Amino acid sequence: MLLARLTQANGAPGQEGEVRDLIRAEIEPYVDVLKMDTLGNLIAIKNPDAPGPRVMLAAHMDEVALMIVGVDSSGYLKFRPIGGVDPRVLVAKTVTVGAKKIPGVIGSKPIHLQRAEEREKAFAIQEMVIDIGAKSKEDAEKLVKMGEIAYFTTEYEEIGQNKVKAKALDDRVGCALAIRLLKEEVSFPLIAAFTVQEEVGLRGAGVAAYQAEPDLALILEGTTASDVPGTDKHKHATAVGQGPAITVMDRTVIPHPQLVQELFALAEEKGIKVQVRRNTAGGTDAGQIQLSREGVKVAVIAVPCRYIHSPVSVMSKDDFEGAYELVKSYLARLEEREGSR
Amino acid sequence: MDIKQVFRTLSEASGVSGCEAELAQHIQEACPWADELRTDKLGNLIMLKKGQSPGPRPKVMLAAHMDEIGLIVTKIEEDGFLRFSTIGGFDQRVLLAQEVVVHGKQKLTGVIGAKPPHIQTQGEQRKAVKMEDLFIDIGLDSAEQAGQVVQVGDLVTIKRGVSDLQGSFMAGKAFDDRAGVAAILECFKALSTITHTADVYGVATVQEEVGLRGAVTSTYGITPDIGIAIDVGFGDSAGLPDTGTIKLSQGPGIGIGPHVHPKLLERMVETAQEWNISYSLDPTPNPGGTDAYAIQVARAGAATILLSIPLRYMHTPVETLDYQDIQRTGRLMALFIAGLDHEFVEGLTCF
Repeated sequence: MLLARLTQANGAPGQEGEVRDLIRAEIEPYVDVLKMDTLGNLIAIKNPDAPGPRVMLAAHMDEVALMIVGVDSSGYLKFRPIGGVDPRVLVAKTVTVGAKKIPGVIGSKPIHLQRAEEREKAFAIQEMVIDIGAKSKEDAEKLVKMGEIAYFTTEYEEIGQNKVKAKALDDRVGCALAIRLLKEEVSFPLIAAFTVQEEVGLRGAGVAAYQAEPDLALILEGTTASDVPGTDKHKHATAVGQGPAITVMDRTVIPHPQLVQELFALAEEKGIKVQVRRNTAGGTDAGQIQLSREGVKVAVIAVPCRYIHSPVSVMSKDDFEGAYELVKSYLARLEEREGSR
Repeated sequence: MDIKQVFRTLSEASGVSGCEAELAQHIQEACPWADELRTDKLGNLIMLKKGQSPGPRPKVMLAAHMDEIGLIVTKIEEDGFLRFSTIGGFDQRVLLAQEVVVHGKQKLTGVIGAKPPHIQTQGEQRKAVKMEDLFIDIGLDSAEQAGQVVQVGDLVTIKRGVSDLQGSFMAGKAFDDRAGVAAILECFKALSTITHTADVYGVATVQEEVGLRGAVTSTYGITPDIGIAIDVGFGDSAGLPDTGTIKLSQGPGIGIGPHVHPKLLERMVETAQEWNISYSLDPTPNPGGTDAYAIQVARAGAATILLSIPLRYMHTPVETLDYQDIQRTGRLMALFIAGLDHEFVEGLTCF
């Protein structure tokens, strides 16, 4: 299954190769132009020279991960997060390190040797190490290089009521949507930008948009869901199972109001359940894409994911299908408009 | 029989205290060396390998517990999330973002979550998420849906496969104390090629994590002369002091303290030295809860000793050890047993 393969591939910011190769092989048969730029963005275009609006779908390939920044005298690996990771989710997890995919664990002190008050305090990232079973510093340095990346090892699995648990749903879910949508037959230029380095400051998206010169862009994301116990309903940024979320504003962008309204109207017309993203924190590639050249009309359509930026996130396949149907309907609507012109 | 493979299977199997039957089944299938196998009323699996001498023979009991720490469902929330409590000692900080298996009507995969960071107040990330604020997400949308497959009181285990690290290092869950069980199997295997006088009772005990309960009843039934408890000990790891820990890859820690009979200690160390088996000394002035205690004080008392397999990150889902330490422990016990006779056993009461 595509989403399973996408989430189980590894791609830290700046090291998206494994994900890019997978996507490239997947979309090659459907597109007319396929190019990569110096940052590593993968840009696919259908009908590059056709008349009509240049429509871009964008999804980022990178995921949060851990960078190896040192080896201590006993052969334990020191690390720091690359992208935003709450250190508390790292305790007692398995990882795979570097090009050689060396298995390792992030251990913690036995409960028996702790004072009760210690357990109230979160472990700091500086206290944590990855144990690969190396016997010495030299032993570890033969296997792992400085700057290599440790990834979570979570396997994709379908659970409960049409749910999926996996790592890196942010934003492989967007990649999976864009790949599927590229198979749509349209007559106008359709671009899919699989971007790099979103998690460290939206670095790939602007560069990709500059080259692709879209008139309009739909950013496909995995966004935070907070429909969990202990959270008041009014603080649910999004809720899993309530349909794809449409952003009206976040820290980086105010999506084009008309486009947003059009999407809501279309969803209603087609009977697709959607929700408003009820939080203005966080940012997406839309922030950079809207500012490309003389500006781009953008909207963000996101699949709600619980526990994002942790080793294991949870989403609903129904929301994924909803996002797919909504964008597909939108592309069909554009196609109708173009046809009648 | 590849005991390392058996150890892997045991680690990945589920057996929270009180529900160890799945483990007993696996262990039974992996022990072709026993002359007799039985299970007692609490669920202890007792494997007997008879000595090669006319009776009555000295009785040695080897005990390692097969139960693991786990969670228990305490409430089904209206939106289908599960609240839980612990069985055995868990640090609340290791639970966040773990995958679990909920043993409901069927085995259900779940994820332990907490409220997301963006709605936490400043500074909250420096505090541990409290156990009572954690929940299990099994991907069901209502209490009604969840209630069809889960009920309050269902057990939950950590979902974690074994990782092979460098060399013979391994990481996984419930190595405490399936490592000890594997050491007993290694010992039985070794004894199958060595002559020994004593009857050897290998016991995979139940309910150790909640109070050494299986060892109490199994010891009563066996009435051993000598008891060897095999458990895991605090392995050296980043952030822990040298004192009070034992190093991995250097064989078992041999306990020293009130829980260890001085003559057993002396003989165990001699055996290790004679056969060139590496070991550490593990002085424990205030021995805590291991099966050694339960064996020591059963009926009229037994001479006991504790062997500890060095283990990092105890009671977390990534317990780490060197498999060679399990092999060393098994071999040391076999050679120790091979050297036992009536005279030595009688001498245990001569202080």
